[in-house]
Amino acid sequence: MGFNRKDLLGIRDLEVSEIEHILELAQSLKEINMRAIKKVPTLRGKTVIHLFYEPSTRTRTSFDIAAKRLSADTYSIAGSTSSMVKGETLLDTLKNLEAMRPDVFVVRHSASGAPHMLARNTEASVINAGDGMHEHPSQALLDMLTIIEHKKRLDGLKVVIVGDIFHSRVARSNIWGLTKMGAKVTVCGPTTLIPPKIELMGAQVGYKLDECIADADVIMVLRLQKERQQQMLLPSLREYSTYFGINPQKLTKARPDVLIMHPGPINRGVEISPEVADGPYSVILDQVTNGVAVRMALLYLLAQR
Amino acid sequence: MKSDENSGAFIFRNGRVLDPSREFDRVADVLVLDGRIAEVNAGLDLGSDISARVRAIDASGKWIVPGLIDMHVHLREPGEEYKETIASGTAAAVAGGFTGVACMPNTHPVNDCAAITQFILERAKYHGSCRVFPVAAISRNLEGNNLAEYGELRDAGAVAVSDDGRPVTNALLMRRALEYAQTFDLLVIAHSEDPSLSGGGLMNEGEVSTRLGLRGIPNAAEEVMIARDLLLAELTGGRLHIAHVSTAGSVELIRAAKARGLSVTAETAPHYFTLTDDLISGFDPVYKVNPPIRSSRDIAAIKQGLADGTLDVIASDHAPHSVVEKDLEFEFAANGMIGLESSLPLILELVREGVLSPLQAIAKMSSNPASILKIPFGTLRSGAPADITVIDPDVEYVLDVNRFRSKSRNCPFHGRPARGRAIMTLVGGEVAFSE
Repeated sequence: MGFNRKDLLGIRDLEVSEIEHILELAQSLKEINMRAIKKVPTLRGKTVIHLFYEPSTRTRTSFDIAAKRLSADTYSIAGSTSSMVKGETLLDTLKNLEAMRPDVFVVRHSASGAPHMLARNTEASVINAGDGMHEHPSQALLDMLTIIEHKKRLDGLKVVIVGDIFHSRVARSNIWGLTKMGAKVTVCGPTTLIPPKIELMGAQVGYKLDECIADADVIMVLRLQKERQQQMLLPSLREYSTYFGINPQKLTKARPDVLIMHPGPINRGVEISPEVADGPYSVILDQVTNGVAVRMALLYLLAQR
Repeated sequence: MKSDENSGAFIFRNGRVLDPSREFDRVADVLVLDGRIAEVNAGLDLGSDISARVRAIDASGKWIVPGLIDMHVHLREPGEEYKETIASGTAAAVAGGFTGVACMPNTHPVNDCAAITQFILERAKYHGSCRVFPVAAISRNLEGNNLAEYGELRDAGAVAVSDDGRPVTNALLMRRALEYAQTFDLLVIAHSEDPSLSGGGLMNEGEVSTRLGLRGIPNAAEEVMIARDLLLAELTGGRLHIAHVSTAGSVELIRAAKARGLSVTAETAPHYFTLTDDLISGFDPVYKVNPPIRSSRDIAAIKQGLADGTLDVIASDHAPHSVVEKDLEFEFAANGMIGLESSLPLILELVREGVLSPLQAIAKMSSNPASILKIPFGTLRSGAPADITVIDPDVEYVLDVNRFRSKSRNCPFHGRPARGRAIMTLVGGEVAFSE
């Protein structure tokens, strides 16, 4: 048991024992966040650089708080979407930053695989904080932690992920993680937003929301970006909301103890109604709280290497 | 090319002579005099005065084949000389066994006028190691709006027209190109891709693209355009050649068109019968190419198409890029891989697999491209220019980009164990490459 990797790039790479180890560590670290003085000296003298090439509020703040509560020194660098725009390539940026001897890079990038390229080219650890449509491992880990807190297990649960699966790194990481941990995952959305051969990743596919959520233990609602209309993927947000938006009326078909999750940011009234987002089934803010604990665990495991 | 009094005079003894232009596959001697093939026969008896002036080469265990022709390469000159030049590209060609290459027009400026065609031929004459056959643009500046001046281009030396790298999206322009090219007996080479279907795509669409979160390019993006162009070739009677076929469905469409009697030919590249899209799992841009490397099912269909003659030609689509274009996020990296120095051993893999006979394999790299381009090469007939490639089919080695003559290093086959390569390349009776 343990975790001996240099990088955390995706959930697909992880063994079940590694996921369990991270989640157990996160559970024990969570307590630090409840103290009056929310700081331990564990990562004193370690340097964490947040390299965010895509806008992010929640994930970046969460990683930053996690690092600071462990006493690491943190620095944030925000880039434009393409490193080329600035005239410096991503690898050149990396080499310059590496010359300052950081211990961990936390990387968010719009291009799938960008953290992998960085990881191959640096001695420091790389944490993927979301790459394109590929993976968002810390999100899946915090989602799993949140489910375990409420359901006491993952094995045997039925989880439905609803919405824009095609563009979602959250969906991909959760499919890998949840199926590894024994949950049954169904993805549900309009056919244009379900990527081809997704079933080969281990998820079932459904197009009828009421059937998909009928016996679900967890419903993960994904953000629907408004640009999808222009890309000929949807006729209107209105129609999307009618058939796939989660509202109290649709939830009458679900189990009484169903959990509603959302990685944020939410579009109230599009993929989720305010009554549901703020309602009794919602654990959306628990997810955010757990995000800090999970990221503390990841930083601890990688920076202690 | 240097010359001395003994230039262009060779006798290759006891090689396996493979001349697909006349279905010849026998151990024989090949006599070259004055830069031309003089005679091919077993046990050639030379008079003493000829013996005195020819260089005798023992070719036993080797293949003697018509000089190989790669009908789809990018030499990058003019405009991107940091990636490749006519000098470096043709040096790579002869090292790979090629005595002739057809170079695509997407240079800077574009080869869409006689002056650029002449420039390329001039550079090739003074700095090139092999023959260069310029392919001119279908449309002015590759913009897909107006026809280029095919008459002047042909007279300057262009052998075909193509907007390679970009599809001709306007069906009327493609119709006119197929019509107008007939006036000058020019081949039209189609880069078949519907950009509205492939737009934003980075790799083959399927299981792997879904897993990696990289936008996919469906097989249909290629097949839709091939279907259109086959119908336009039927309508116009134009000579159509489909470049870099990558999908099973494309092979089907071309096979059916040939069965209907259409004058259409097609090529594929070694990466389309060797590499599958799961290689992209590490996000290495060396595997990024357009059309993309596909699935094992497509590979099987491409091999079948090569075996049954649906695919006439194997060309490398040699596309040099420097680290400036390739050492980037997969999404931002350029499409393309170099192939001149890895093509032949990969094609020999097909021979060992039993997909192609040696004669078929050589035909797809010599006599077929020559007849499609209507150029007087790709044959060992007496009187033909002595463009000859000597192949050691058994030598084992590891492909190493650091030993390549190309200026670029974007080769996905680096480190691959290989068997067989060119050991001597003769262009017009002159040694252009020798190991």
